[in-house]
Amino acid sequence: MKDLLGIRELKKEEIEEILKTASAFKDVLRRDIKKVPTLRGKTVVNLFFEPSTRTRTSFELAEKRMSMDVLNFSVPASSVVKGESLLDTIKTIESYEIDFMVIRHSSSGVPNLIAAHTKASVINAGDGINEHPTQALLDAFTIIEKKERIEGLEIAIVGDILHSRVARSNIYCLTKLGARIRLIGPPTLIPAEFISHEPVKVFYRMEEGLKDVDVIMMLRLQMERQGKGFFPTVGEYFKIWGLTKERLGLARPDAIVMHPGPMNRGIEIASDVADGPQSVILDQVTNGIAIRMAVMYLLKGGEA
Amino acid sequence: MNLIIKNGHIVDPSHEIDSQGDIVIENGKIKELVLRPSTLSPQPSAFKIIDATGLYVLPGLVDMHCHLREPGFSHKETIRTGTRAGLRGGFTTLCCMPNTEPVNDNETVTEFILRKAYAEGACYVYPVGAITKGQRGEELAEMGKMYAAGCIAFSDDGRPVMNSLIMRRALEYSKAFHVPIISHAEDINLSEGGVMNEGAVSLRLGLRGIPKEAEEIMIARDIMLARLTGGRLHIAHVSTKGSVELIRRAKQEGINITAETCPHYFTLTEEAVDNYNTNAKVNPPLRTERDLEAIIEGLKDSTIDVIATDHAPHHRDEKLQEFDRAPSGISGLETCLSLSLRLVHEGYFTMKDLVSKLSFNPARILGISKGTLKQGMPADIVIVDINKEFKVKPEEFISLGKNTPFDGWTLKGMVVMTICKGELHEYGNREKQAPQY
Repeated sequence: MKDLLGIRELKKEEIEEILKTASAFKDVLRRDIKKVPTLRGKTVVNLFFEPSTRTRTSFELAEKRMSMDVLNFSVPASSVVKGESLLDTIKTIESYEIDFMVIRHSSSGVPNLIAAHTKASVINAGDGINEHPTQALLDAFTIIEKKERIEGLEIAIVGDILHSRVARSNIYCLTKLGARIRLIGPPTLIPAEFISHEPVKVFYRMEEGLKDVDVIMMLRLQMERQGKGFFPTVGEYFKIWGLTKERLGLARPDAIVMHPGPMNRGIEIASDVADGPQSVILDQVTNGIAIRMAVMYLLKGGEA
Repeated sequence: MNLIIKNGHIVDPSHEIDSQGDIVIENGKIKELVLRPSTLSPQPSAFKIIDATGLYVLPGLVDMHCHLREPGFSHKETIRTGTRAGLRGGFTTLCCMPNTEPVNDNETVTEFILRKAYAEGACYVYPVGAITKGQRGEELAEMGKMYAAGCIAFSDDGRPVMNSLIMRRALEYSKAFHVPIISHAEDINLSEGGVMNEGAVSLRLGLRGIPKEAEEIMIARDIMLARLTGGRLHIAHVSTKGSVELIRRAKQEGINITAETCPHYFTLTEEAVDNYNTNAKVNPPLRTERDLEAIIEGLKDSTIDVIATDHAPHHRDEKLQEFDRAPSGISGLETCLSLSLRLVHEGYFTMKDLVSKLSFNPARILGISKGTLKQGMPADIVIVDINKEFKVKPEEFISLGKNTPFDGWTLKGMVVMTICKGELHEYGNREKQAPQY
């Protein structure tokens, strides 16, 4: 495999191999010296056409742990604002003899376009409303760490499904691994095509959807959706779709709460839930590094 | 030009001809049609003879919907290249949409296009004027002056007239000139942000969808306004099953409405967008199998009167972009006839039906004396080998726009020769390097 563009095109076995490899790298991260020489001499560029702090720093740390040379390219400092075309930017960067390109872009399909025009391995770090594959992989890794399996679990994904690449990658990933998915959110934010789409079920109310689930995955609500007809106000949104302690009580007692970050406290999730004993949000952050190390190892370092 | 086209299969729906025969052309005009069993009387030897045995001889095709991009976008296409691409596709008459820069919303721009077409064009060009100033949908453009300058229809193509009152006035006012109002039917509030058909494929690709209803709602509105005003309404590029049904019902009711579709809507579905193929990005977007079948059904029962190209050439760099940013459109002049011939080869309709939709009907709708082989008319003729196969090679298109989703397809049916404005253009071997203009 040259690129990781999305979970949609991955086979179950490929996902499992990444998760298994990540588990070995997680052991590395527990050591005193957290760096391995595996990809020494390789060069990676983090191309972020859309602002991101978490995903970019997570990738950067993973790259450094793998002993790679790292270049960061982000929009405000780039020539994109000077009117350079996307492919000219890519060709220019490729001339530096780059081994990996990590791409974040607000337009769906951009990593596919770039992958077709470069010899470097392309890793999708989030494209438009399409996919965010490493996020789904780290989520699956975290669930397995806490629940020891995914097969047969009831997993709720709550919030703006329509605009969420995290939700889409997770739906692909978790259903391939045998979970049952419940999508919960306002009808304006759940694509109609998902309705009665086995093994995915759609619920418009938390009270119905959260009953007896093993995992609750909250999504970030983007403020700019307010007033665009998707929902009237964030206040009303929290009242009906916010994850509160009482609503958490509907899930199984051992249910875990996840969030890809950054959180909007008091908008999609109550503080006492975010900081509570069932929250695994900070584990997700740690696991993100192991997953990204594993992906890069399998794409390029695999044969070494 | 003096010419005899011998032994061809002549199809001319304008006077119900579907027969073997010969055509005599004198001084660039049709002098005589000789249909079997009659035979040609001896002619002066100065006439060049073209043997059309085994070939179809048709009136030159009329494209009532294309974009020639001049003035303003000559990096996409020019009148020079567009008209020559048209001839290669069998078109001798092109009607160009007004979304140029500046917009063709006044007689000066209309005159510029016509002058340029006269000086550099290889076929006939008829401009379509804008309905509203700047295509902004706010106030009527000077339709009367543009009509006098040579516009044969009005449209804000690329943009709908969202304001129902303005659309009502346009349908009323244009009655003074007996010209159609061509509706680009799209509710832009409903389609906002969409880049492809809304459905299973947009969900899979993570691209924002445009629901079919964005087209159908506007067609329903325009039908009601046509009923209210008695104006001449023509619906551009019909792409959905629901649209076909709305137009069919309106025609049964006796409303003054006609409609067109384009080859991509009866050849491709939304699946062509897979892997973010910007050459399959078009507006309205490619739909589903159900819609494709309904479009063919609509062509069969004459709900849809016309096949137009919506030839929308773009520069390579413009299509080589993020899917969201790439402009919509397909370069269609050089593949339209071949793609349409599939419907004849597969038995959906006859050659005569096809020729009606590609020449006689658009000419009739626009009120121009084209699409006919009547005696005394200028010899606008296309000679076609309907069985000859060729491979689509965009790099060999005459059009500057190489943007086609049919790259590498093998199509059946090829233009052998086009006659227009007293010139004979031969395209015997499509595999040969395209002539450079």
